Amino acid sequence: MFGGLLQFHFMQNAYLAGTLVALLAGAAGYFVVLRGQTFAAHMLSQVGFPGAAAAVLAHVSPVLGLIAFCVAAALGIGWIGRGLEPGHRAESAAVGSILAFSLGLGLLFFRLYAGSAQAMYAFLFGSILGIADRDVLVTLAVAVAALIVLAWVGRPLVFASVDPDVAEARGVPVRLLSVGFLVVMALSVAITVQIVGTLLIFALLVAPGAAALQLTPRPLLGLGLSVALALVFTWLGLALAYFSDFPVGFFITTLAFGAYLAVRGLKAVRAWA
Amino acid sequence: MSAALRFERAAVRLGGRVVWSGVDLEVEQGEFVAVLGPNGAGKSTLLKALLGLVPLSHGAVSVFGHPVGRGNADVGYLPQRRRFDPDLRIRAVDLVRLGLDGARWGLSLPSAAKQRRVAEIIELVGATPYQDRAIGELSGGEQQRVLLAQALVSGARMLMLDEPLDSLDLNNQQAISELIRGICKSQGVTVLLVAHDVNPILPFIDRVVYVAGGHVPCGLPDEVITTDTLTRLYGAPVEVLRASDGRLVVVGQYEPVSHHADGH
Ligand SMILES: Nc1ncnc2c1ncn2[C@@H]1O[C@H](COP(=O)(O)OP(=O)(O)O)[C@@H](O)[C@H]1O
Ligand SMILES: [Mg+2]
Repeated sequence: MFGGLLQFHFMQNAYLAGTLVALLAGAAGYFVVLRGQTFAAHMLSQVGFPGAAAAVLAHVSPVLGLIAFCVAAALGIGWIGRGLEPGHRAESAAVGSILAFSLGLGLLFFRLYAGSAQAMYAFLFGSILGIADRDVLVTLAVAVAALIVLAWVGRPLVFASVDPDVAEARGVPVRLLSVGFLVVMALSVAITVQIVGTLLIFALLVAPGAAALQLTPRPLLGLGLSVALALVFTWLGLALAYFSDFPVGFFITTLAFGAYLAVRGLKAVRAWA
Repeated sequence: MSAALRFERAAVRLGGRVVWSGVDLEVEQGEFVAVLGPNGAGKSTLLKALLGLVPLSHGAVSVFGHPVGRGNADVGYLPQRRRFDPDLRIRAVDLVRLGLDGARWGLSLPSAAKQRRVAEIIELVGATPYQDRAIGELSGGEQQRVLLAQALVSGARMLMLDEPLDSLDLNNQQAISELIRGICKSQGVTVLLVAHDVNPILPFIDRVVYVAGGHVPCGLPDEVITTDTLTRLYGAPVEVLRASDGRLVVVGQYEPVSHHADGH
């Protein structure tokens, strides 16, 4: 039965891009949750929508539009929120303002866009159909570059995330790392939107990290679990979507939500027993 | 022989206001020094100046004979803080480990030597029983022990502790003060401890540094902890009594008198 899964080129592309997306989203997501920056992740994904729409209008790969808009927004939050702790209230306010503006832009592009609504739908909720060869290449480049950066800054980033004052005293460039991580988050969002769309980004960028952190307080194990969960959600979600004709975004979010519930339930039972 | 730390005619200006000025201060290696003073007086700023986190507007400051700067493994820092977020999911032992190599870039191989060092220092502060639990789940006293281990693990010869006894109950204040005194004397570590309640640390300290009214005088506990001096420094009635066992006890309205909305 599973033999037919990869027989079409679009599914091969979906699995290639999906695997790269899951690797980066799982790894970056661990830090997103550890740093309490889930709202920023949400906001970056919404900014991606007008970015993708603008790219389609300009006849270039939508991933490039996503990257341009998300990275610009990340630098915007970094600039407005400079000198603040991650997850700080004032950062939320900055994030909220950019969010509203970007949705306004998205509305404008949506109005200008004369093509089918199918492409817009894919940006909002994800699709297994829309990933072209050029998108896979961009995804590969982004995922590899971002993963190398994450591996390089991982330890100081954990330090700066859990204990910024001591980290700064010990010579960690806390502010620079904070902006740098926002950019990595933006890149993760940009490629993840292809699979689950801008509205369902939490399923891959937050849920795996949140579940992993509930399961273990060991940093390396948590990081590994987060990546593993993102991979499982993506692979299973794509397969279910292929065989059932229901949207991939539905399956991935359901798997993510189910896993998170199971983990919380497990913890509750353990605490009670 | 040079002092462990030295301020010379030092001043700090923050947000256009002089926090303190004309500070001349020397602390010898292995001394346990209490930094006292009302809220917003500039105690935290004093430590930050020693860590190179806040620049001087005038004068000079050195630690172990060198100009101060970030990333000095000789100096351990425990910043003033609220407790860790209860949901922070990272083990106590990982937090201590970050004190050893958390500022290092890139991947590293597992190192038995580093693990041994971390275990040793956790043992020293008595945090071994809960080293594998998430830091957020630990009690205030347990968190302070872990943070002490983190500050010490890189081989620090000086500890800057900013209100480590804050929000601890009396027993824990006593226990942590004793632990710090022990580390100070057995390892020859110089300790600067900021406190706003003097009583729990009085039996342990060698010297008192006072931050009040833009000045930073210092002296022996017997000289500074007097009714007259404390009343003047806090600008509020304070009485120093001598208990029957010879210990000093400070009573009165010397609880933080803040002149600023948020003086932390
Ligand atoms: N970054 C800053 N900018 C401007 N003023 C500051 C800054 N940090 C602290 N201050 C001010 O400097 C004074 C001393 O602060 P601090 O050293 O934290 O006092 P303490 O630790 O004794 O309570 C306070 O009045 C505080 O408001
Ligand atoms: Mg202070």
